[in-house]
Parts: sequence; C-alpha cells; structure tokens
Amino acid sequence: MKKGNTVFFKNQPRIESFAAICGSKEKEGVIGRYADVTLTDDMYGESTFEKAECKMLTNAISLCIEKGGKTERDVDVLLSGDLLNQIISASFAARDYDLPFLGLYSACSTMSESMMLGAMLVNAGYVKRAIAATGSHFASAERQYRYPLELGCTRPPQAQWTVTGAGGCMIADKKEGIKIVSATMGKVCDYGVTDVNNMGAAMAPAAADTIIRHLKDTGRQPSDYDMILTGDLGALGSRVVKDLTWEKGCDISKVHVDCGEIVYKVIESEFQGGSGAGCSAIVLNSYVLTKMQAGLYKRILFAATGALLSTVSSGQGESIPCISHAVELEL
Amino acid sequence: MTGKTKENFNSNYLNYVKTQIPPSRQFRNCLSAFGVGGLICCIGQFIRFMLEYLGLSGDELAGTTSVVLIFLGCLLTGFGVYDRIGRYAGAGSIVPITGFANSVTSPAIEFKTEGWIYGMAAKMFTVAGAIVVFGVCSGAIVGLIYYFI
Repeated sequence: MKKGNTVFFKNQPRIESFAAICGSKEKEGVIGRYADVTLTDDMYGESTFEKAECKMLTNAISLCIEKGGKTERDVDVLLSGDLLNQIISASFAARDYDLPFLGLYSACSTMSESMMLGAMLVNAGYVKRAIAATGSHFASAERQYRYPLELGCTRPPQAQWTVTGAGGCMIADKKEGIKIVSATMGKVCDYGVTDVNNMGAAMAPAAADTIIRHLKDTGRQPSDYDMILTGDLGALGSRVVKDLTWEKGCDISKVHVDCGEIVYKVIESEFQGGSGAGCSAIVLNSYVLTKMQAGLYKRILFAATGALLSTVSSGQGESIPCISHAVELEL
Repeated sequence: MTGKTKENFNSNYLNYVKTQIPPSRQFRNCLSAFGVGGLICCIGQFIRFMLEYLGLSGDELAGTTSVVLIFLGCLLTGFGVYDRIGRYAGAGSIVPITGFANSVTSPAIEFKTEGWIYGMAAKMFTVAGAIVVFGVCSGAIVGLIYYFI
C-alpha cells in the first residue's frame, strides 16, 4: 500500500540479524561496545585503504549471515553500495559471494535506501531474504574527495570526519524480530549550498523534507516515535534540521538523534562529528538495533541522508543536491 | 528561511546557515601560524649557522640550507608527523619551504598504490602543481616590473 511517497509493508519484513565493524577511532565512542568487530589498525591487514574498506564490507555481510544462523544459500539478494567511484568496495565485496547483487549509490543514505529496497523485495514476495549493507573508510574517502592524508592543512570548523566502518542487516520474511513497517522514498533537495565542507547544512533540508512527508503520510506526530534517527548531519546539521522542521510546524527536537553527532567520543577534533555511508550503518546496526531488541525503543524512524556530489561537480561550482530515505522500524 | 522565489528562498537559507557555522578561530590560528612558522624559520636559521660554521658560503650555503629543510619536511611527512603539525599550525607549516616539500611528498605516498609511473610520479604534483605554476608566473611578472624600474 502506498500513500504519498510512503510505502506501507503489509507483510512487515523483519530484521533477522545485523552486524557492524568499526575503526579504532569509532571504537572509543558510544558504539564501541556494541560493534561486532573493531579494527586495531586502519589497514585491516591489507595493502591499500580501498582493500581494507572492501574487506570490512565483506566481513560485515558474512557476519550478518552467520549471526542469523544461515548460509549463503539461504540469502536471495545482496543490496549494497559505498562512497568510492563506481562503488568498487560493494562490487568487489560481492564477487566473493555466490549471490545476486544489486549495486546502489545514494552516498551516505545508502543504508536506508538498501533497507527500503530490501524490505520492498521481501514484502512483495520476490525474495525470501535480502542483505542490505554499506561501509566507508576515512582514508579512502579523504583521498577521493579531499586531499592526500599526509598533507598538513587545517580543517574548517564546519567540517566532518568520515567514519571508518561497515554495517549491514539481513531482512527476511518471518514472524519474529524488529519489523520494517513503512518506508518513505526521498526526493532530491538542493537549497544552493556549495561549501563541500558543510555537508550538514546541505543535507539538512533533504532530511527535513523526508521526515515531514513521512509524518504527513502516516498521520503521526514526532512524539509517536521513540527516536528519529538521521544519518550524518553532524552537530551543525542537527540544529538546522530541527529549525527547518520546526518552521514547518513539527517539533522533532525531543526525539531527534543524529548518528554523526553521537558516533565520536570527543567531538572537538572532528568538529561537527562523523559522516560517510558507514556512519549511519554502524550506529544503526550496533547500538540502535541492539537497544531496540532489548526493548528500549519501540518505534524508530531511520532517515539517513546523502550528499549526491562529485569532485567534478563541486569543482565546477555546482551546488550540492542531497537526498534522504526514511525507514520506519518497530519492535 | 521563507522566500517568494526559489533564488530568494535559497539565499535566505544560506544566510541562515552562515549564522550557524562556528566562527573560524582566526586569532588563535594567526598566533599559532606565527609561532610554528617562526619556529621553522628559526630551525632554518640554525641550520644555516651550522653550515656556515662548516665552511659553506654564498649560494652554496643558501641552497644547502633549503635542501636540508626540504629533506626534513619530506621525512616528517613520511613519518606521518607533518599533517599533525599542520592541523594545529594554521598556515604556519604551509608557507615555509617544508610545506612545499609536504605538498609534493604527501600525494606521492598516497598514490603509490596506483603504481610508480601513473600513480606516484604522475600524481605527485596534484597539490604542488598550482604552487609551481603561479609561483613561476608571479616570479616572471615581478621580474619584468623590476627590469623596467
């Protein structure tokens, strides 16, 4: 059933298992205790950072299958994407599996997009079990989007820090576990922000738009949710999204939490907090879902946000179009 | 953040965002740039005195001092120390010759994984290329002005 841009899942697909792998810097934060694997070195025993990112994603997928007590043969499709050009980490991770693979690119909102599509496939009965996974690596993202790692330059105060980590979940057609109740498809929003260091302000309008449309389509109030979880807006973007939704007449300030804002222990040296596809993936698939399983949260709206820019577009002075897909989870 | 047209709306939003950005700590950055940049120059001067003591003079002395500083810049970049200095030094670590060495060495290290020729060698000047081009151009212009005065 569909109302507005929100799809309601009649069969309510469940999250069967979830897994997260995070880097050493992320380990010190709130998710450190909840992540399945934490890296001791950023290379993860590989020769390049790109290979390390791919290995993290591969291991996150394998852990998902393992934790669900299944084998590769029980899974019908893998939905994955990442930040690198031509989504190499996801495609290269998929070559290790004998699974149909659907590569996605939605920048940092890949986690919610893949969960939404996975739930759609499972709900419709086309597949029995789908895996949604994504990841990012600080060093590989830094090299692609910014400067070489060892270049000694000062970061502006509105900058964020790309999260090293990968996370995924297995969505299945079964009767117990966390339900995926509905999903709101995102629209591309562009309010004319051109500053590539200020992703929070660029992405906040997309998040606000999706959250408001979701609330309108479901006819609910923000207080009906235990948590409205955005992806990687950071401290600045969180303030902006609260203001934007408040302006439209809905106050989310009491239930809003941002993955980027909470992922690091000390926000000072990372300035506005974490970013990257891995940011929302590791926070959701470790801390949030674990707490949800324990009964702490009953209903969550997970709206990861993505900035759909490339180094070419920003070099040519284009503004940053952004998107946010939302998935509603219920215990 | 309201506005009648889209352009109007966007500019209102951008103005609003500007009020949300924490101010860049200019005074602190200037101070640390002065301190770190000055310290690097002092080290350079110390090296110069040492070399002079060893019997070098004139162009030989100036050249050797630069070479030693470039070497130190590259070495610290290789050890992963220079970017940490740079993070807190404002522009103090970028302006001296060690900063130039850092901007050549860091892409060389970074792109080594893509091969020695098309990776390391070809991409070595991705950052420093701009410095070279504008350095040479402005040098030529100043030279011309100097010639006619």
